Amino acid sequence: MATAVHLLTPEEAGAHPTPESIVVRFAGDSGDGMQLTGGQFTLATALAGNDLATFPDFPAEIRAPQGTTFGVSAFQINFGSTDIETAGDAPDVLIAMNPAALKVNVSDLKPGGLVIVDSGEFNARALAKAGYDGNPLEDDALARWQVLSFNISQLTLESVKPFGLGNKEALRCKNMWTLGLALWMFDRDRGAIVDWLRAKFAKMPELAEANIAALNAGHAYGETAELAGPIKQHSIAAAPAEPGLYRTVTGAEAISIGLVAGAQLASLPMFFGGYPITPASAILHHLARYKEYGVITFQAEDEIAAIASAIGASFAGSLGVTSSSGPGIALKGEAMGLAIMTELPLVIINSQRGGPSTGLPTKTEQSDLYQAVYGRNGDAPMPVLAARSPADAFDCAIEAVRIATQYMTPVMLLTDGYIANAAEPWRVPDMAGYQPFPARFRAEPAGEDGVRPYDRDRNLALDWIKPGTPGLMHRIGGIEKRDGTGNLDYSPDNHQHMTNVRRDKVLGVAAGTPEQEVTLGERGAKLAVVGWGSTFGPIHQAVRRARRRGLDVAHVHVRHIWPLPRNLGDLLRSFDSIVVPEMNTGQFKTLLRDQYLVDAKPLTKVSGQPFKIAEIEAAIAEALAGHPGGNLAADDTQLPGKDSDYDDGRRAEALSPQSR
Amino acid sequence: MNDMTKLTAKDFATDQEVRWCPGCGDYAVLKAVQRTLPEIGARPENTVFVSGIGCSSRFPYYMETYGFHTIHGRAPAVATGVKLANPQLDVWIITGDGDALSIGGNHTLHVLRRNLDCQILLFNNEIYGLTKGQYSPTSREGTRSPSTPFGSVDRPANACAFALGSGARFVARGIDVHKNLPDVLKAAHAHRGAAFVEIYQNCVVYNDDVFASFTDKARAPTAQLWLRHGEPLLFAGGTRGLALDVGTLGLKVAEVAEGDWQAAGVLRHDVRNRTLAHLLAEMPFGDFPMALGTLYDDPAPTFDSALLEQNAAVAAGKKPDLQALVSRGQSWMVEKQPRVE
Ligand code: SF4
Repeated sequence: MATAVHLLTPEEAGAHPTPESIVVRFAGDSGDGMQLTGGQFTLATALAGNDLATFPDFPAEIRAPQGTTFGVSAFQINFGSTDIETAGDAPDVLIAMNPAALKVNVSDLKPGGLVIVDSGEFNARALAKAGYDGNPLEDDALARWQVLSFNISQLTLESVKPFGLGNKEALRCKNMWTLGLALWMFDRDRGAIVDWLRAKFAKMPELAEANIAALNAGHAYGETAELAGPIKQHSIAAAPAEPGLYRTVTGAEAISIGLVAGAQLASLPMFFGGYPITPASAILHHLARYKEYGVITFQAEDEIAAIASAIGASFAGSLGVTSSSGPGIALKGEAMGLAIMTELPLVIINSQRGGPSTGLPTKTEQSDLYQAVYGRNGDAPMPVLAARSPADAFDCAIEAVRIATQYMTPVMLLTDGYIANAAEPWRVPDMAGYQPFPARFRAEPAGEDGVRPYDRDRNLALDWIKPGTPGLMHRIGGIEKRDGTGNLDYSPDNHQHMTNVRRDKVLGVAAGTPEQEVTLGERGAKLAVVGWGSTFGPIHQAVRRARRRGLDVAHVHVRHIWPLPRNLGDLLRSFDSIVVPEMNTGQFKTLLRDQYLVDAKPLTKVSGQPFKIAEIEAAIAEALAGHPGGNLAADDTQLPGKDSDYDDGRRAEALSPQSR
Repeated sequence: MNDMTKLTAKDFATDQEVRWCPGCGDYAVLKAVQRTLPEIGARPENTVFVSGIGCSSRFPYYMETYGFHTIHGRAPAVATGVKLANPQLDVWIITGDGDALSIGGNHTLHVLRRNLDCQILLFNNEIYGLTKGQYSPTSREGTRSPSTPFGSVDRPANACAFALGSGARFVARGIDVHKNLPDVLKAAHAHRGAAFVEIYQNCVVYNDDVFASFTDKARAPTAQLWLRHGEPLLFAGGTRGLALDVGTLGLKVAEVAEGDWQAAGVLRHDVRNRTLAHLLAEMPFGDFPMALGTLYDDPAPTFDSALLEQNAAVAAGKKPDLQALVSRGQSWMVEKQPRVE
């Protein structure tokens, strides 16, 4: 649960139980190594048995100008002793490595929360760069929070002095010092991080030792320094969890190994054609390492070649896979039509980001749903799935492979920047529990009337015929073919028939997938909050809280976006009203209205940031209060605090000039 | 069919009605390919023709092999996936001047640069036939067409020079109706790696006789120079040849008196000489003859073999183990009940 309470003062500590969960945000310059720090803190937290969710948030520029607000990189983690499904609404603790990081992030901090800053970075120049007129450590700008400022730069330099590093290199160890302090604060073990540093700097042992020294120094500082007030060691109990082996996994990694598992379950070699694009590249990077699983990765010359090569590989008998983000998916559109027309299996992954055009490359959004379901020329139906969390992406990838190979069709799997980058604990599945679905290839020689490549099975799927098979030579292509023979045929009745067959084949996928369940709550509730994709966490928590308050609300989370689950229409009609939160301007809402004529209402957010639990809770309350018209569509008042909703720093500045 | 069966051109022809305009040069190329395949020992089941879009890209439908008629310009990319997924297949790419040099220029560049083991037959008719006659990237300046009613003003691309510039290791030229075309195709097939063949193909409907200045029987002896490795670069019945112009570092036409080509300074063709290949590809026709046959043939490691060898080397000694795959990284055990404080 993400209702983090703020850290306790000594007086409060006696009166209140230990908090269930805590939200910590590390923020610094993009060169300060905050993602690394956050990643290692995540590892230590997972090893301590907490449930957790993370939210890495970094600028699009690789190295934005140092010290500026738009160069700020942040990593938020929510961890606790209960189920954690979001990265948390507001941090309890903010660690800010420079004035710009403080400026951009501090307004998100809970009232009374703790700020830890490196006072060594708060000089006149850095303050000016961040747009501060005065020094917030000296005036009352931070009065709402507890502030702990000490010279982390200086303390780091002292701790690594014995290693004779240059000033610049020595200061690079700041993030490890800070991590050491954070590990002390939450009673986390340093062992795994020491191992990691030794492995990372195996070729430069003095760097490894310097970083370890900084880590230890930060930890010791917490332990020994006589710090007044806010800083205090906390212990968060391990989260109750199903017994078993656990690891952390990001969405990109879960998809990658899910694809490998899917290909193995289908008894197929896998061919992955990709082209670098944020935030999808991580999938290409992961898969490039799994050679022993029969995976070929091909970094193509462009997005079109990436999908075209995957289609070629599918034709030749491999599982073709391609992956991109919105702009690249747009380029692949024509080739998707070819895969639909030639009825070849193919998996297409879209790690969605803010759009249109280049949009917000490093920010998350769910605005490619129309593109996935409708975005091709001609009547070009394609199954579409959406993963709801990093761990869920593993099963979704397997499901995508199953549908592609069993129905001989391209399948699109939607994730987003949040799922791709975020990490969560994952109970390692027992692979023996997965039912294999081996692909079938036609091998028996043609009969009297020739090869007939367009004969269909009961799923309306074609047989897969691999080149190299004697006696089954045939030609496929993007031109309309006659069913059965596969000969070119432009005749009107044939095109009508083939269009219907392609539609029915894809609609038929629903017969082989589970019925839609109510994720939380009951069928027939007053209100259903219907979601898809990465909004799962905030919706689930918001519905849970609302139900605890006695509200009659249910959560329905849809994985199969196209075709929709066969019982979804009936299920939706059982609720009095429906709200659909999504990070776009209401795309799934439109799909549901179109398919079922239900009065689904939108709750939308396109700020590049995930929903906060509180935003959805408020929408639930409003909907159940009989809000006239019930239109919860995005307007400014509905979005979370504009000035706290960090986009690139410049925006925050523009919106809150009073903070200068 | 077993390996002893002797195949003929007929075995490579489908029952589909060929739908090119009567008199189109594509017919001659189709016949040449169907004749060549049995001679090089091709097996229909191991042969794949991949094409893009355009008149020539209908080609796979007429070949009794595996075939894939893909989308405009993307045949090299599809072929790359086919070949990497099954390197045993003999992959032929059929494309045209618009398909390969305009919409698909990027893929042509990269398939040549990577050196995928395949044959690329570019049917150059200097026009967009299928879309009814617009000028193409190889059309000469001043070409009048529906989209350039007052004549085109942009300079044409030179297909062979483009191929060489992209790093091709085999570059050849042929003519649709010329008897030497099967020999050119055989040389391309014998080359391991990407073999690029430009075929001058007459479009009778929209660009008739555009190559007549060198394909005409009467003009052929003075206008065509057929290249043969190790042989002098002679044409016009041996009375003229190509010599090095030291002043311009280019080629010049030298008169050969009484067959003494050495005295005239005529060069010998060397298919491994990349500089010579560039000079031959770029010779302006008119002042010079048209260089035909194999301009360049110098094999290098292929992309498919390099990639698959690396994959095999990395995979060597490792067992695919799904349970190990999902358990990678740092993990921890949750015993029965979590600790509660
Ligand atoms: S339009 Fe030209 S190239 Fe096309 S089939 Fe007719 S003659 Fe041949």
